[in-house]
Amino acid sequence: MRRLPVGTDSNPMIQPVRVFREKKSVVVRFAGDSGDGMQIVGERFTDTSVMVPNAIATFPDFPAEIRAPIGTIPGVSAFQVHFSSEQVMTPGDEPDALVAMNPAALAVHLPDLAEGGLLVVNTGAFNEENLKMANYTSNPLDDPTLMAHYDVVKIDISEMTQRALQDSPLKMRDKLRCKNFFALGFTYWTYSRPLEPTIQFITEKWAKKLPDLADANIRVLKAGYFFGETTETSRNRYMVARADVEKGTYRKVSGNEAMALGLLAGARKAERTLLFSGYPITPASSILEMLANYKHFGVKTVQAEDEIAAIGVALGGSYAGCLGVTATSGPGMCLKGEFIGLAVSTELPLVIINVQRGGPSTGLPTKAEQSDLLQALYGRHGEGPVAVVAANSPSDCFRAAFDAVRIALEYSTPVIVLSDSYLSNGAEPWLVPDEADLPEIHMPFADPSKPYVAFARNPETLARTQAIPGQVGLEHRIGGLEKDVTGFVSYDSENHSVMSRLRAEKIEAVAKSLPPTVVRGELTGKLLVVGWGGTHGAISSAVNALQAEGFPVSCVNVRYLNPLPSDLGDILKGFDKILVPELNNGQLCMLLRSRYLVDAIHFGKMKGRPFKVKEIRERILELL
Amino acid sequence: MATQTVTPEPLTRKDFVTQNDVRWCPGCGDYAILNSLQRTFPELGVARENFVVVSGIGCSSRFPYYMDTYGFHSIHGRAPSVATGIKVANPELSVWIVTGDGDGLSIGGNHMLHLLRRNVNVTVLLFNNRIYGLTKGQYSPTSPVGTRTKTTPTGSIDNPLNPLLFALGAESTFIARTVDNNPKHMVETFKAAHEHQGVSFVEIFQNCVIFNDSAWDPVYAKENRDHQMLYLEAGKPLLFGKNKEKGIRLKGLTPEIVDAATAAPGEILIHDPEQASPLYSQLLATMGLPDFPTPIGVIRQIQRPTYDSLIHNQVQDAKAKRGTGTWQELLHGPSTWTVA
Repeated sequence: MRRLPVGTDSNPMIQPVRVFREKKSVVVRFAGDSGDGMQIVGERFTDTSVMVPNAIATFPDFPAEIRAPIGTIPGVSAFQVHFSSEQVMTPGDEPDALVAMNPAALAVHLPDLAEGGLLVVNTGAFNEENLKMANYTSNPLDDPTLMAHYDVVKIDISEMTQRALQDSPLKMRDKLRCKNFFALGFTYWTYSRPLEPTIQFITEKWAKKLPDLADANIRVLKAGYFFGETTETSRNRYMVARADVEKGTYRKVSGNEAMALGLLAGARKAERTLLFSGYPITPASSILEMLANYKHFGVKTVQAEDEIAAIGVALGGSYAGCLGVTATSGPGMCLKGEFIGLAVSTELPLVIINVQRGGPSTGLPTKAEQSDLLQALYGRHGEGPVAVVAANSPSDCFRAAFDAVRIALEYSTPVIVLSDSYLSNGAEPWLVPDEADLPEIHMPFADPSKPYVAFARNPETLARTQAIPGQVGLEHRIGGLEKDVTGFVSYDSENHSVMSRLRAEKIEAVAKSLPPTVVRGELTGKLLVVGWGGTHGAISSAVNALQAEGFPVSCVNVRYLNPLPSDLGDILKGFDKILVPELNNGQLCMLLRSRYLVDAIHFGKMKGRPFKVKEIRERILELL
Repeated sequence: MATQTVTPEPLTRKDFVTQNDVRWCPGCGDYAILNSLQRTFPELGVARENFVVVSGIGCSSRFPYYMDTYGFHSIHGRAPSVATGIKVANPELSVWIVTGDGDGLSIGGNHMLHLLRRNVNVTVLLFNNRIYGLTKGQYSPTSPVGTRTKTTPTGSIDNPLNPLLFALGAESTFIARTVDNNPKHMVETFKAAHEHQGVSFVEIFQNCVIFNDSAWDPVYAKENRDHQMLYLEAGKPLLFGKNKEKGIRLKGLTPEIVDAATAAPGEILIHDPEQASPLYSQLLATMGLPDFPTPIGVIRQIQRPTYDSLIHNQVQDAKAKRGTGTWQELLHGPSTWTVA
């Protein structure tokens, strides 16, 4: 059913009404050229909304090219914000409002806009040249069907911006670059958000060094807001009430930020210096960038010459007593494979973060996919088991990283943390934990008063005891050749069999330290939806809604992919059907089928974008 | 990290000998290098527990197993990255990389390049035997054109890499060459390399008795060494020959051999490894067969801050400037809000 189009200029039959409409949640998408500053306005809108407070989730969506040709389809950059008075677990399926700064942005994003949604367009950019670049043969704004389907607000934002800055000393080009703040100001007015946090941001960012720019941005921001207030152009304003969120102290974090913080916290708890070594790769680079600013925490960061060296430096650091960590994305994981094998063989603690992106090869560098799960588990030659932990939301990256540090140090093993492009860039409020609530981390160090046996193990964890260069009397050699318990090279066939099994059993032993698996909903029923990683929000949202409607469906987010939790097999047995939605071609599904002999049903998506709640919901309903 | 540097008794060579059987082929040049390093370590004033020997893959890379210190036998070509991690973690350790021409210049060439240009304070011992030994005799990046091996039955066609020139190109702060049949010179060179603050790159002419026997004989066999080896000493003229009767002088930018007795005063070059300009170092690095003697010794030694000390300093500076990070700062960040 199409909703009635709301008041537009072209439809005088519908009388404009100036009222606040109460909404539980709203999804706004800002879209423009990659040089239009859409990421900045998206972030500002987010920061303002968390202060309301609203529950919030974001989804930045930008091209792989830094500056694709201006005005083209590949150059479109977008930022989606979902804010709500209720719990929010995804950035939203489809936007209720779209701000399109040029024809290309309209062409790319209009198909996603909800029927009857608010469409703000910058008519100033709809010239012949831009229309041609967006493959429009005629101006879509002249198309009456557009007005019929959406609440279209046409503003010549370019012109309004220039007018607002008539007496600004900025050059024309720089004036025009302020236009994103006009769009933001207008959106603030539409959704009744305060201007102050943004004004404060602009002042802090530019007032000292570029006072004219700061002044211009503030003026344009206000102009956008007042434009809404004083003109008849837009008739609808919306209110999203304060969210009733859990009490406590919050901060906004992105996935990569939370990851960096989790590493810092883990290292601090374990009293190890964090040595982070990375090589620039999208979408993992910002972890290295962030940690480079934490030197006063004692963090040592290295930008290595390549992906191989990055993990080599981290492993060397771990051997010498630091907590060695590296982060990369799929292509980098391929290059790190041999070193991960060495870390398995030498049984040294090491954390390897894979912020997954679309593959294979260079693939979709800025888009999300979950297609490196089997690589994480099996992407080495030989029997090379490692622990694998997956983060399930931007803020959850903190806990995933912390957990990985704990497992790596307590079990003397490499641990792979799987995040993805969607989690890494997405941001949400994070209920800041208390330091005291974070578990202690104890590394199994050798007793310097006794002769050192390099591969002697803790009977419970099977972790080998560590000795660090510089410790008197514990001199020893390690390496990638097979060794016996003493650490000496051994080509003995029985010994290789024993060591191979011990390495696998050690990883299996990690399961004893894992918390019980959380089942959302009943423990038995018709359908269990099993997901892992960043699909958590979409799956939980769909299942929550269906449960409220009385459907017998539950869901589980598998956080530990290796070892799998010991209670997972029994949980699966409680349901008639198992559905496994994944942003890949069925990797967890295959694991579950082979491990538990269940007839799990694969539901995949490989479009570089996360699942929509709607997609999961529809698939569940088909199976119920 | 606290490391203990006090050693009660003076160390001897025996303190660095492990119980492992040494498994190189009888007659391999590696034995002499091992022996020389075991003789060098006790004389460096470093406690045994503060040595770390790191290697990659290849015959030479078995080295750590035979040195009774901390040791890490890593993977092919990657020792420089592991060593960098160790040195960044703990700058007080004395870190030695043992590598070969294949490990260090072929599969690990990129890491070697960056180790050198970063000036990580470690010592690189590159055993150059101009062949892949452990894989049973394929040509290496330092094999001369025309080398016939199993993979090049009609002769290799790629131009060999000159390790010293490579090191110079990467602006290594210490570049030296020594030979596996002169233990005394090896020990001296290793000591000088250790004393250098910064990365030390030492090429060792090493004989592979099985797959490339006598590769260096044209330079260092008894009958050749007098007129084919030019031993370098800082501050001394470039003289060679049985009775040091020949010298090296410059004609324009090219070297030429002169009779020492008839050379004009001051005409023969005086060895100065500390020249900042790389021109002189390059002259030495490229000198050799068939027209010139091969320089042996410290070719270049200049000063530049080390990577590991710079990392350490940046951490200290950040702490001084911003105060040591706290849990509060870590968890709460620049701004939070409270929901009551």
